Amino acid sequence: MTALLDRASDGPAEDDAATAATPPGRGFLRWPLLVLVGVLLLALTQQFATPETDQLTSSGTWKTALAWSVPVMLAGLGGIFAERAGIVNIGLEGMMILGTWFGAMGATLWGSWWGLAFAAVGGAIGGLLHAVATVSFGVDHIISGVAINLIAPGVTRYMADIHFTDRGGSISKSGRVERVDRLDAWLLAGGMDGPDVLGNLEDREWFFVSDLAGVLRGFVVDLSWMTLLAFALVPLSVWLLWRTRFGLRLRSCGEHPVAADSLGVNVYRYKFIGVVISGALAGLAGGYLVIELTGNYQGGQTNGRGFIGLATVIFGNWQPAGAAAGSLLFGFAETLQLRDRAAAHGLLLLAALALGVLTLWMLWRGKHRVAAAVGAASAGFALWYAFTDNVPKQLPQVLPYLVVLIVLFFLTQRLRMPAAVGEPYRRGQQ
Amino acid sequence: MATTPTPATSVWQQRGRATLLALAAPLAALAVAMVIASIVLVASGSSPLTSIRTLWSFGTELETLVATINRATPFYLSGIAAAIGFRMNLFNIGVEGQYVLAAFLAAAAGAAIDLPPVLHVTVIIGVAMLAGALWAGLAGLLKAYRGVHEVISTIMLNAIAVSLVVSFLLQRWQTDSDGVNIQLDNIEPSGRMPNINWLLELFTRDVDEGVELGGFVLLAVVVGVGYHLLLNRTRLGFDLRATGANAEAAEVSGVDPRRTIVVSMLIGGAVAGLVGLPQLLGIDHTYGLQFTQGLGFAGIAVALLGRNHPAGVAVAAFIFGWLDASALALDAQDVAPSEVVTIIKGVIILAAVVAYAVVERRRRSDEAARAAIATDAPPADPDSTSSPELAGAGS
Repeated sequence: MTALLDRASDGPAEDDAATAATPPGRGFLRWPLLVLVGVLLLALTQQFATPETDQLTSSGTWKTALAWSVPVMLAGLGGIFAERAGIVNIGLEGMMILGTWFGAMGATLWGSWWGLAFAAVGGAIGGLLHAVATVSFGVDHIISGVAINLIAPGVTRYMADIHFTDRGGSISKSGRVERVDRLDAWLLAGGMDGPDVLGNLEDREWFFVSDLAGVLRGFVVDLSWMTLLAFALVPLSVWLLWRTRFGLRLRSCGEHPVAADSLGVNVYRYKFIGVVISGALAGLAGGYLVIELTGNYQGGQTNGRGFIGLATVIFGNWQPAGAAAGSLLFGFAETLQLRDRAAAHGLLLLAALALGVLTLWMLWRGKHRVAAAVGAASAGFALWYAFTDNVPKQLPQVLPYLVVLIVLFFLTQRLRMPAAVGEPYRRGQQ
Repeated sequence: MATTPTPATSVWQQRGRATLLALAAPLAALAVAMVIASIVLVASGSSPLTSIRTLWSFGTELETLVATINRATPFYLSGIAAAIGFRMNLFNIGVEGQYVLAAFLAAAAGAAIDLPPVLHVTVIIGVAMLAGALWAGLAGLLKAYRGVHEVISTIMLNAIAVSLVVSFLLQRWQTDSDGVNIQLDNIEPSGRMPNINWLLELFTRDVDEGVELGGFVLLAVVVGVGYHLLLNRTRLGFDLRATGANAEAAEVSGVDPRRTIVVSMLIGGAVAGLVGLPQLLGIDHTYGLQFTQGLGFAGIAVALLGRNHPAGVAVAAFIFGWLDASALALDAQDVAPSEVVTIIKGVIILAAVVAYAVVERRRRSDEAARAAIATDAPPADPDSTSSPELAGAGS
């Protein structure tokens, strides 16, 4: 969480004009540094929090957090592809829902990997619908997206009734599907009968070192191939969008379609491609949810994750890595809620510490008013922590939404969205 | 796209053509929805003709029509709540969270106090409107003073409201917990909305036992009239419409965008607060885990279909209510899965917004052609004259 606050406050938004042209992650030292600060805060919290918890930095927690962040992350990537092409895709949720049905259908008939492929196809169909409405017919993007969100649950429910009812499921759920194989990283987490370096370190209970090992081990132990694939899509997206001709053209359609058109870019085609990729990624998110997380199709199982993915797009300043980091926040919160009530109380201390660090940062940068506001919030969390010994178990659930609202409150004006996102475009008219 | 300039036509011919265009869109949408629904039904091995006949015969019974109006009432309120923002291109996606929070707080307040009949209901309605307005107002303030996009902030506020209410406050304040029903205390009879069967039965035969026409339909009518007056008879309504048609022009001509944003969110939120009340005060008399959710998103659909027009939204709400009410017959008589109705609804929406966009473009090119004739100049770009074309911008 801290990492995110810091990252966003120091984000690439500063260089307004340059952001669009340069790849994200300017200064590759920043990310490892932020991870270290984040883990340090978690470790401190864990050290002092009462009631005691050892869950904040355990590899088990982070393994689960990683898995639960994947659907949000994929939806976020989907949002980025659409918005970089200039199309707002609020229909991500609906496309994810289509992905759940197609994924379960493919997985129950032909196996899990086929399920994932079908999920992408299902989402892409939703994306195509959105592209036809917004690009071909000029329907407002939000209206079309809302319409898709309304259609998708109805269509999937209907199709579930027809398809799953006779195959060991019902209108609201499918039969079980198999998860895919897992792997442990060699050397780091005991893969291929090698040593489990991080595991050993984690067991030592050395302050910070063991915590760091625990968090890192969560990312490399018992790792599903699908998770690996999903996270591989982050650098792949960065490469595709910022390092290829295709990406440059796609982004130019989101920045200044008229200029792009005048240089010979087929704007309609790139917008179509962007939105279809967006839908496919959202579909993958649905498929992952079915295959890896719940083990079957369930009506309503996306539970707003498509919307959260859209929030991570903005939160991450339209950069894939930022969206991935934002999705980890949601995954972490979801995990704590599933696993450990005690850890939830520690979150208050964590919030106080994180906001405290942010206060110092703001003071250092001479932003006294912001520092005062953040400092007050920090004190508020500290008091809440000090005078209670339990928090509502819904707190972890609500916290990410609150954090997003707070971050947007402070940083909206510094975020830089694609210049022409959401605007209708008709060739030959400006 | 610009059509060839037609010879000078009379005002009435122009009006006629405009009306025709306005009607063409929803009719085309309905036709497309029927065709797609028929294809879906055939593909799943049901007969479209039998299904339509079943829908029609069940749907025209008096009892079904009463049920239709009962279902249409919250749709209408929710549609108007969304439409107020849409009119100025403010996408209040947050009706969902606003009404859930409002219904819950109203239920809690209603159960906690005991007042004489009319006053009790009034207080409950007041609490609901206030809660909805404040929750929506948060998004308005964020938008007006910090530039936070309302779609994102209302989505976040929806999630916070729903988890706050449904899982947190409800479990804290619940009184009636037998493990199955987690709910609040019941509201005393003085705080319930009576049915208005007597009004209905002035015109029709007596309805069957157990069928009640909810009294909130009258409030919905009031809200609809109020919305009409707000839009067409007040400064704020003019500001809303001006901002929706062209935000920059409106601001230049003296509309305060911040104030308009906040006030329209407050009003939309207050109306959203009413959405849960027909169920709360007419049927359940308490808030429990089984309280209906999703009316807010349905309202967005209804507002889109009705083009944010008070009468149009009413028609859309009625169609949605009717489809829901008569769909029960499909399952009951084992003709087809009733879920086909949700597909019909979705297709109507998507087809309607596409048709509206096409018609709007058509209307503009007509206008440009007329202007060209009137000024004896070559037709200009039809789309160049106004800001992004959005649902609220029309007529």
